[in-house]
Amino acid sequence: MNNFAYSRAADVAEAVRQIAADPGAKLIAGGTNLIDLMKENVARPTRLIDISRLPLSRIEETKDGGLRIGALVANSDVAYHPQVESRYPMLASAILAGASAQLRNMASTGGNLLQRTRCYYFYDTATPCNKREPGSGCAAVTGINRQHAILGTSQHCIATHPSDMCVALAALDARVRATGPGGERVIAFQDFHRLPGETPHIDTNLAADEIITAVELPPEGFARNYTYLKIRDRLSYAFALVSVAAALDLKDGRIQEARIALGGVAHKPWRDREAEARLKGEPATRDTFARTADAILRGARGFEHNAFKIELARRTILRALSQAAQATPQSQSDKRIAGPTTAENRSGRPQ
Amino acid sequence: MAPTSAAAKPAEKFPTPAKLTLTLFVNGVERKLTVAPWTTLLDALRQHLDLTGTKKGCDHGQCGACTVLVDGRRINSCLALAVMKDGAQVTTIEGLAQGATLHALQQAFIEHDAFQCGYCTPGQICSAAGLVAEGRAKTPDEIRELMSGNICRCGAYPNILAAIESVLAGKAEARS
Repeated sequence: MNNFAYSRAADVAEAVRQIAADPGAKLIAGGTNLIDLMKENVARPTRLIDISRLPLSRIEETKDGGLRIGALVANSDVAYHPQVESRYPMLASAILAGASAQLRNMASTGGNLLQRTRCYYFYDTATPCNKREPGSGCAAVTGINRQHAILGTSQHCIATHPSDMCVALAALDARVRATGPGGERVIAFQDFHRLPGETPHIDTNLAADEIITAVELPPEGFARNYTYLKIRDRLSYAFALVSVAAALDLKDGRIQEARIALGGVAHKPWRDREAEARLKGEPATRDTFARTADAILRGARGFEHNAFKIELARRTILRALSQAAQATPQSQSDKRIAGPTTAENRSGRPQ
Repeated sequence: MAPTSAAAKPAEKFPTPAKLTLTLFVNGVERKLTVAPWTTLLDALRQHLDLTGTKKGCDHGQCGACTVLVDGRRINSCLALAVMKDGAQVTTIEGLAQGATLHALQQAFIEHDAFQCGYCTPGQICSAAGLVAEGRAKTPDEIRELMSGNICRCGAYPNILAAIESVLAGKAEARS
């Protein structure tokens, strides 16, 4: 870790002033990702501005009946908040699918959105990486890319966004509240994270001198028909190969509204609004869900070690939508995958 | 050590900033210490306060050996900067016993032979203390899931689980 200066901000305005005045500075809250990146010499800030004491640790109802989660609320406090558990159980489930109890106690809500990819080459300063060092190349495209993206990649970067929480937030159409020198603004969740394109070093549309102050949830939490299904190489404390946040609004067995967000497959939580819209009025059956999975993955492209993810994602979408439709959400402690274990489900193909 | 002014060496990209003085309440005792901004809570405990019970395993938040309780909550001390915890209550493995009486989890780990080499054990026990305080784990599956941030290379997991189960059962019995 390089030397750095340390300062505290007394309020949000001062934090904005400090970060705007010092391009080498970074904000620190939970620190679970930033300190790790600093130990690896991937992040080399000359100053850390400690915002962990700012008054952004509340969860409160919004005027429209939604929920505002302060940027500094710890992940565990979000997951175990009574309103989140009862009204937004998909979010609680996604948070509990990620990291460990210790990390969830440390990690902040805003920091979770801003965490960097866990691409091995991004972390390894001996290899090229366009995200770490723009223009140096991408070692993952031709390297070990088992964990990497299958959707929305560019020739410059095939990294994935590692968050579980953000997959649920994407499905819920959350909003991000941010403050910068020009004042406050609200960013739709779908516009917060970026695809790599020509600029993989820029993860989000948050400006360098802006601070996330809160994440807001709309009133609709899909508390009845939902799931968060995460598939990974070990049963706990591992990043997703594929994860799916699925939520349905059902009436008489027909779909009024569907939300499907994918994690572990792209540079941002992946949603396909066209595929979701086509579900409106359709019966909640396996055939419907299979067509949806195929539609979402139509543009998927695998690399040498991760082509298996396309079929894995197809089956995970199918199973997640079945779990949501049957109101049998995946448990994050009982590792058996919820839902009927018929031959049809085992093979993943309608028979 | 006299503080070094950052302004004294403007040409350096990474100047040596002033050390900072902070207070930690470690195992109930007020401790003042002067550390560089980049000193982690783990290094502050081990190298500045000579509390070497807390172990450095991976130093990247992946193994849990460095788990301590800060203001009653379990965290990875390797990923926390000491300066950010100024004023906090820190409980380490050294602070769990009451005099000669071991903490229920320490006793249970002995009775259930819940370790082999012992390196991960302080972290396991502090993490389990956090788990018990959280009150979220009721079933073996839930204990396993909520202890997944603590890796044991010797593979003592079944006995670690049994030790924690016995303490949770003892608590439940005490309540009934």
